[in-house]
Amino acid sequence: MKMELIQPFINAADAVLSQMLQSPTTMGNLTMEEEAYRRKGVAAQIWLTGDIEGRIVFDLDEETAIRVASKLAGATLPESDALIRETVCELANQIVGNAICTLNDLGFQFRIHPPVIHTSETGATSSEDTEALVLCFDTESGAVYMNLALRYGKKRSHFAAAASL
Amino acid sequence: MEQFSPVKRKDGQPVRYLVVDDSVFARKNLARIIETFGGKLIGEAGDGKTAITEYDRLKPDIVLMDITMPQMEGIEAAEKIVQQHPEARIVMVSSVGYQENIVAALQRGARHFVQKPVKPEVLYEVIKYVLGDDAAVASAAGAGD
Repeated sequence: MKMELIQPFINAADAVLSQMLQSPTTMGNLTMEEEAYRRKGVAAQIWLTGDIEGRIVFDLDEETAIRVASKLAGATLPESDALIRETVCELANQIVGNAICTLNDLGFQFRIHPPVIHTSETGATSSEDTEALVLCFDTESGAVYMNLALRYGKKRSHFAAAASL
Repeated sequence: MEQFSPVKRKDGQPVRYLVVDDSVFARKNLARIIETFGGKLIGEAGDGKTAITEYDRLKPDIVLMDITMPQMEGIEAAEKIVQQHPEARIVMVSSVGYQENIVAALQRGARHFVQKPVKPEVLYEVIKYVLGDDAAVASAAGAGD
């Protein structure tokens, strides 16, 4: 996965998490995931189609998700509250939306699909053209994981291949 | 959350808002911000289709509308509302704030665009701008009540 695709997501996650949680965010581990994606807790998934295709998953363990949602709601939420899942979805939506603005400025065009809660324990295995990258952001409320599996869409792949000749 | 000098309608009544977003969290967040402006949330919708029926029913002073939503997206809903109600004041509130989307929204009838995550001070200025002469900013002590 090219850095030009990844960096906007890192910048957006840093900016949105810092602003919403009103505390500094630091980027922790960055790992490549070769095995099938395994959910850690409350996870929201967003699909992109167009010049860049693939999916982004935001994953927070249960305790972190409760702390984040409670902080943003201004009240302690019970573990079962649907607002916790909603909050993770909206965080994902805002981070991906902001990243896409940057990518759009670089000339990429695509469609962002509404976030959905990722309920299965595992996801699809990475493949050579959609390798997954997992980034961890440490916040005062806990770790937020961003799992990116993106590739150039067909049109872009064609141009990229032509440019490399 | 910071409190702002209340923005009131010319008749002294609170500005009435319809909030449209498929995220309950986002709607609650906007409702809290509206409260700090002295506004009144009169309705909510989770998709563009419901937004149209709710606008017809409630005739709000301001609509805060997300873009990416199921069933019908915000820009299409804004266009349909403005076709029926040219006076509608719709502010798009979305994380997908790139040029193409902003231009499309404005061309199809939205009055302004605010990027998520929403900064209350930015939305406050936008609301005052969009309401123009139809609103007055009261003093924090409650002038205009």
